[in-house]
Amino acid sequence: MYSVDKLDASSFVEGVDRVFIIILGFSFLFLIVLTFLMVWFIFKYRKSKHPKAVQIEGNTKLEIAWTGGAFILVIALFFVGWAGYKPMLNVPDDAMKITAIARMWQFNFLYENGKMTDSLVIPVDQAVELDLVALDVIHSLYIPAFRVKEDMVPGIEKNMWFKSLREGGYDLFCAEYCGLEHSFMNARVRVLSDSAYQAWYVDTTKVEIPTDIPAWQAGLRVMQKNGCVACHTSDGNKLVGPTYLGVYGHMVEVETGGRTRQVMADSMYIRNSILDPGSDIVKGYNKGLMLSYEGLVSDEEIGLIIEYLKHLNN
Amino acid sequence: MINAKLERREPSFYDVSERKGILAWILSTDHKRIGLLYLYSIMSFFIIGAILGLLMKLELLAPGKTIMEAKTYNGVFTLHGIIMIFLIVIPGLPAVFGNFMLPILIGAKDVAFPRLNLLSWYIYIFGAILAVASQFMSGGPPDTGWTFYAPYSFKTTTNMLPAVLGAFVLGFSSILTGLNFIVTIHRMRAPGMTWLKMPLFPWTLYGTAWIQLLATPVIGITLLMTVGERIFNIGFFDPALGGDPILYQHLFWIYSHPAVYVMILPAMGAISEILPTFAQKTIFGYKAIIISTLAIAFVGYFVWGHHMFTSGMSGVALYVFSILTFLVAIPSGVKVFNWISTIYKGSINLKTPFYWAVSFIFVFMIGGLTGLVLGALATDVHVHDTHFVVAHFHFIVFGGVGFAFMGAIHYWFPKMFGRMYEETWANVGWLIFFIGFLTLYLPMFYLGIAGMPRRYFDYLPQFHGGNIISSLGAIVMIMGLVIIITNLVRSAKFGNPVESDNPWNGKTLEWTVESPPSLENFEEIPIIDKGPYDYE
Ligand code: HEC
Ligand SMILES: [Cu+2]
Repeated sequence: MYSVDKLDASSFVEGVDRVFIIILGFSFLFLIVLTFLMVWFIFKYRKSKHPKAVQIEGNTKLEIAWTGGAFILVIALFFVGWAGYKPMLNVPDDAMKITAIARMWQFNFLYENGKMTDSLVIPVDQAVELDLVALDVIHSLYIPAFRVKEDMVPGIEKNMWFKSLREGGYDLFCAEYCGLEHSFMNARVRVLSDSAYQAWYVDTTKVEIPTDIPAWQAGLRVMQKNGCVACHTSDGNKLVGPTYLGVYGHMVEVETGGRTRQVMADSMYIRNSILDPGSDIVKGYNKGLMLSYEGLVSDEEIGLIIEYLKHLNN
Repeated sequence: MINAKLERREPSFYDVSERKGILAWILSTDHKRIGLLYLYSIMSFFIIGAILGLLMKLELLAPGKTIMEAKTYNGVFTLHGIIMIFLIVIPGLPAVFGNFMLPILIGAKDVAFPRLNLLSWYIYIFGAILAVASQFMSGGPPDTGWTFYAPYSFKTTTNMLPAVLGAFVLGFSSILTGLNFIVTIHRMRAPGMTWLKMPLFPWTLYGTAWIQLLATPVIGITLLMTVGERIFNIGFFDPALGGDPILYQHLFWIYSHPAVYVMILPAMGAISEILPTFAQKTIFGYKAIIISTLAIAFVGYFVWGHHMFTSGMSGVALYVFSILTFLVAIPSGVKVFNWISTIYKGSINLKTPFYWAVSFIFVFMIGGLTGLVLGALATDVHVHDTHFVVAHFHFIVFGGVGFAFMGAIHYWFPKMFGRMYEETWANVGWLIFFIGFLTLYLPMFYLGIAGMPRRYFDYLPQFHGGNIISSLGAIVMIMGLVIIITNLVRSAKFGNPVESDNPWNGKTLEWTVESPPSLENFEEIPIIDKGPYDYE
């Protein structure tokens, strides 16, 4: 369906596409035959050709026959659909575990060795089990080429699994509406050969912060990588969160534990805003939208972000 | 009866009122006037909803920002959904044609509780005002989608409370109308009209009314819980407060799936009236159609889970909901077989309502058959929450309900207004609309299978082609719509006065009364001694 040459993108594709072909094939047949009959009757029995209708009240035998026929057919189609789905229910024992974390409007993937990425990198021919974690609202992890989709529900432990049979790059979308930038919430899936995957996996050195560019530019990079720009602008416009323009070094009105107060947006404040955003809520904005980046953004990176905010004041 | 200028025996209901001007309408308890009040309100909202739909299609003409921002787009699809579902298709045929025609079809002077009937309309308008007002209050238009899924609906900073309250209020209007129709059908049928001599449109209204009465309270409670949660932080649905977001989905769909049958059953009823008249032939399988109506109304309660196949249900629940969903396809299929058999050996009068009716069958078949793809677990997982679903339900609720509504309004137009619409324009409008409709929605099936999620403001380049065709279809369809609506509005005022009270040679009771009917419909309540579609 998605594209014919990738029937082995995942081990489910063949089974699911077979169900598609059976149901759609049957549907086409049904539609064409009935439409043909309808048009033919209209043509044949139009008033000018057939001025007197023949009254037929019904036909019990025919009625029973087509109800029975429809019954057998839909039950058959149900079983076809069930058979195609069953493999998705049972996660194989040897599946490799990755935690998929969704927040407004970004996916992250956490590996067993602590590696964290924003695209899903997996080895070919290896069953992968994703533990699905949603931090804020419901998202849905959808990889069309693999024919898999599962909602990620905050507060509920869920998982999904798949096995890719072909190296390559695939799209991953958020399929459950999750607010402003829902349609931008996507990621890439990279399926690597076993050796390439191993090499990638053991390389746990943090992404080097480039030293050849000014600190403020590096700060911008950090924010792009972490999806901050989905909620914050640098040009004075307000999105879901306040703009970065003119924050640093100025007084901000915040609500702390129900009390409104003025605070100075210094380095401490910025750091706290990133690691514990629920403690001081900027006036006019909602609590619970920005989540903590504890463990995601290092102290060093926060320093770069602050450099960027300072840079905006110039 | 056929003479150039029809002599009236009794004055038309338009000419009898103790009150003047607009008061004659908004204080009237006459079922015909209330039906028309609903018609005008629904038409006005429909025009707004259709424009919003067109705006979305224009936005999707190209990837990236085309004519609006993401924020606006999210507000637009939410409002489009709320208007179309809660203000148009749920009240839809019952509110307009049920009110106008039900009493006449069963030989009664009015519904059982005329004042309650007027109250329903006021509640409807009040709910509509709340829903629309949410757009203009501080906080900005709600952006949750018409489904108000938790916990997003608690996180959004936009104004979702008034919209939810609006939907809650609209539910009451629905319940009262349902109650009114049930009592009317039980108590007010003309002497001799046994259950099995009742026409099929009243039968479907009867099935619908029971769903409205039994299922609507569930959404009422759910929406109230949502309001409570938002104001008092109770924690039914929001995991941050210890609630369960999946519970919300169950409660929401326990109502909203049966609501699909509230929409489609009366549409099927209208088609079952139109086909015999234009085939000049009794309906094929009258009883089978009644049984299938009741079967749909009944089984329809138990299939809501098919909206949640990827939400996280147990294997058993998936199995049961999937199989029930397949079962509900049977009675719909049976109806299609019976309709096509009704045309067989008829003497077919090719008029506008008939075109709408057969095109209804065609689009309804597409909607129903693609429903099988969504009922089957393996395929649903792939196309759930994609454009495939959007196409599917537009084929059912716009293709199904919309085409039947259009068929019904052309069919009963001469009865309601005493004038005829302009036939050529009506046919041209139908053809353009039909072509536009298919061009708009068929590519969405493809887009969904190719993996484009729904409620997407922006999309990746591989989805561009399908979206272009779809958007062009929307423009064509809107052109058809403009022709159709202009023709109807113009003809209601200036159309040729009808030359007969029964222009289509119909057999049901509404064709025995004057056009437009008199205040009390019948000079004398008829005594029924034969079936509804007796062409012998
Ligand atoms: C889901 C949207 C969202 C994302 C993503 C997000 N934020 Fe926020 N942010 C907000 C909101 C809403 C507020 C205001 C409420 C509050 O103070 O918690 C805020 C407040 C802030 C503030 C305080 C600003 C002020 O005017 O006082 C800073 C600094 C900040 N965010 C930085 C970041 C950084 C850095 C990132 C990325 C690592 C980020 N945010 C990601 C929504 C977001
Ligand atoms: Cu999402």
